[in-house]
Amino acid sequence: MNTSERMITMEVLRYRPEQDETPFFQQFLVPFTDDMSVLQGLQYIKDELEGSLSFRWSCRMAICGSCGMMINGVPKLACHTFLRDTYPNTLRVEALAHFPIERDLVIVMDDFMAKLESIRPYIIADTPRALSEGEYLQTPAQLDLYEQFSSCINCLLCYAACPQYGLNSKFIGPGAMALVHRYNLDSRDSGSAQRMPLVHAEEGVFNCTAVGYCSQVCPKKVDPANAVNINKTESAKDYFLRFVTPKGAGK
Amino acid sequence: MKRSNAPIFWLLFGAGGMVSALIGPVLVFITGIAAPAGMLLPRELLSYANVLSFSQHWAGKCFLFVIIFLFLWHSAHRIFHTLHDIGLHAGLGAKLVCYGAATTGTLVAGCALLRLGW
Repeated sequence: MNTSERMITMEVLRYRPEQDETPFFQQFLVPFTDDMSVLQGLQYIKDELEGSLSFRWSCRMAICGSCGMMINGVPKLACHTFLRDTYPNTLRVEALAHFPIERDLVIVMDDFMAKLESIRPYIIADTPRALSEGEYLQTPAQLDLYEQFSSCINCLLCYAACPQYGLNSKFIGPGAMALVHRYNLDSRDSGSAQRMPLVHAEEGVFNCTAVGYCSQVCPKKVDPANAVNINKTESAKDYFLRFVTPKGAGK
Repeated sequence: MKRSNAPIFWLLFGAGGMVSALIGPVLVFITGIAAPAGMLLPRELLSYANVLSFSQHWAGKCFLFVIIFLFLWHSAHRIFHTLHDIGLHAGLGAKLVCYGAATTGTLVAGCALLRLGW
């Protein structure tokens, strides 16, 4: 590893709504070592060069999902991307695509928060379980079914990657769909009848054109594209079989 | 929330995609290269008499109808979504033109096959 300090140019999208008509790029010369992430570069800028630069961050280790941004045009977590991989070129950082900008690299995520709430991302039990009944038991096979989809950290990289969400933000989107799938597949859950109307709706899965970029940029290997496309099949089956299937037959 | 009617078009699109992926290339090879050029297959394979009797047999009719109508619905759906992707959000108009063309093509193919007799 090269431990000597080098200088990289970081080009950062700025937007301060009280004084800027439109967003613009500002360049900073940032000293860095091989172990420094893009997030650390931004922190250097904020601490040493431009205190007014705004960005979200928290855990620094790809767990919290706060620092999603466009890095050289690709949706990535700033804490999960190294400055050394772009050097000696200029590194460009922008706010996540497809979302309104609140300030600098901070996006307005109200649209996603409303969608997340609408899919009921929690276990809905048929009958409430009393404490005295003890914990739910689940076999490793039952866990395997949904575990991958439960790794979502709501970082919104998949929404920034999804061309269909970019064209029509009414689309429920990859992240929320992956969570629908995660809860529907959980053996403790009986809420799928409450969630599926959203899957079948005009805002639902059929907006997806199977591009697959969402799964490619996902930092947690959730594979939302798979969740969406499995639910296309489920939704199509239900569309034709709903009149002959007894209510509650298909969980 | 309004339920989407997309499953109808999506299933036709999927079926057409499957059929075209499985036999599209070999159809192009047989009807476009191998038979006309007399490579591997005899030139007479696609003679008028052969093709006519093929399309008068019930199995031949079914094959031709399935190929034509599924390919049409597959391409109509793809064109409709591609229009949206390149920024032409014509909505209902585009839907009518794309799926209307597929419906017309399906009807024309069906009538033509029936008129050829048995």
